[in-house]
Amino acid sequence: MRKFRESLIEKFILLNGLASILFVILIFFFLAKDGVALFKTVRLSDFLFGIFWDPLAEPPQFGIVPLFLGSLMVTFGATAISVPLGIACAIFIGEIAPRWMREFLKAGVELLAAIPSIVIGFIGMTMMAPFVKKMFSLPTGLTALSGAIALAFMAIPTIVSIMEDAISAVPRSYREGSFALGATHWQTIYRVIIPAASSGIVASVMLGIGRVIGETMAVMMITGNAAVIPRTILEPVRTMTATIAAEMGETVRGSDHYFALFAVGMVLFLITFAINLIADAALHRERK
Amino acid sequence: MSMIEVKDLNLYYGDFQALIDVNVNIDRRKITALIGPSGCGKSTLLRTLNRMNDLIDGVRITGSVIIDGEDIYREKTDLIRLRKKVGMVFQRPNPFPLSIYDNIAYGSRIHGIRQRGELDRIVETALSRVHLWEDFKDRLDRFALNLSLEQQQRLCIARLIAVTPEVVLMDEPCSALDPVATANIEELMYELKKDYTIVIVTHNMQQAARVSDRTGFMLLGRLIEYGDTGSVFTSPRDKKTEEYITGRYG
Ligand SMILES: Nc1ncnc2c1ncn2[C@@H]1O[C@H](COP(=O)(O)OP(=O)(O)OP(=O)(O)O)[C@@H](O)[C@H]1O
Ligand SMILES: [Mg+2]
Repeated sequence: MRKFRESLIEKFILLNGLASILFVILIFFFLAKDGVALFKTVRLSDFLFGIFWDPLAEPPQFGIVPLFLGSLMVTFGATAISVPLGIACAIFIGEIAPRWMREFLKAGVELLAAIPSIVIGFIGMTMMAPFVKKMFSLPTGLTALSGAIALAFMAIPTIVSIMEDAISAVPRSYREGSFALGATHWQTIYRVIIPAASSGIVASVMLGIGRVIGETMAVMMITGNAAVIPRTILEPVRTMTATIAAEMGETVRGSDHYFALFAVGMVLFLITFAINLIADAALHRERK
Repeated sequence: MSMIEVKDLNLYYGDFQALIDVNVNIDRRKITALIGPSGCGKSTLLRTLNRMNDLIDGVRITGSVIIDGEDIYREKTDLIRLRKKVGMVFQRPNPFPLSIYDNIAYGSRIHGIRQRGELDRIVETALSRVHLWEDFKDRLDRFALNLSLEQQQRLCIARLIAVTPEVVLMDEPCSALDPVATANIEELMYELKKDYTIVIVTHNMQQAARVSDRTGFMLLGRLIEYGDTGSVFTSPRDKKTEEYITGRYG
């Protein structure tokens, strides 16, 4: 009887696993079905390498490069801000802060994680954008940098809380072993604790970047929303996600514009997929 | 002069007094064993000798521990120098999650040695000392946590002697090992005695009798008896020591 139940549970779990793979495949086909339709009228190379995105022009232009660069710039900017800050913050909470402060900071980080993205976007628009504008004396504060900062705030709680868990999970015996050899606290942190927690650290960074990519839409109101190729991070950009969100409502079902948005979605899907694969490979990097 | 002199040492974990008026002199280049029932304070005493108890919140210590003529509980003691001189091997082997090479080179690197040639030499010497060199000289990049427990414990000993300590503290270094590995590590301790002062905590009385020159018996935070291993085991002065070593409790 018990055996039967065990096998039933196993089958159920297997089914769930298979279902999630199936969903991923279905989503991809759903995207591909409409996305590929674009290439009946637009050449693939014009889509991938076209430097203008202007669906309303005559003839319409569906070059993904400006959107791609917009996403890239915002994502990179946010990563460059959130990863070092997140790591520093996690090490401080996990290793340096006295106990009372640790609980206090952890609660703070969790609170930050609970703020809806759109609220951060809103704060970014009303407070950060004017600040960026003044700081760099720009014509507008709605730039890739403003978006990147807002996104970094969304990613930091994810990075900090997962990384802090990884750091706290490092066995006490490693610390003791290191101290017993005469190491200082800092030497112990960067030579033993960080390497020991490295898979958790990589995972936290990847999830943080994942959140950044996923939320590029929430910052569409602060990035200036201009689908042009940015030369610096201080110019307005528009991300791929923002483009889909902003334009889907205005397209006619079955039009080239409609298909083009699906094609953008497909590219987004492939990029996310690739990042996940890389993250996985990094996590399971084989140890001799 | 003794290597280590412990004088009127008392240690409190918060309100709980774990060591009571401990006095003991530990000889240079000898193996000193600390035995006693669980919870009597053996590990605590051992950890006062390199100030590892400093890492625990709420520890208070009175009295003194004099190593090589210096009281290590004075304000201005350099903890880094102290721990370099008085190293520790733990109950569960705790190699770092790094390669064999990086484990051994760890201590030298943190103490400022950078040249590859010198590190190579240190690694070879230390590994040879614990008889791992022949087996691993071509596989120094192996991940240390994939070794057997005995090899891991040898590695930890090698990691320690790579920083040239004078005293080696061992807290039940064999309790995670099988009998054959235990015998091998005991033999290693015997070899190391030529150059190091060794203090070992053990639950295993046969082990204490086999390897040590002097033995201390602890009970409820006090050092009840201390003397040459032979006499402690054959003609203990204290009734409780006798009861313990004849296996009446513990
Ligand atoms: N960090 C701590 N905080 C509070 N009490 C502690 C702490 N560490 C040890 N103790 C207490 O101090 C006493 C001595 O502990 P210690 O670990 O030195 O004993 P031991 O002789 O090594 O025992 P065992 O043979 O089980 O390892 C025990 O009663 C223990 O409960
Ligand atoms: Mg103990």
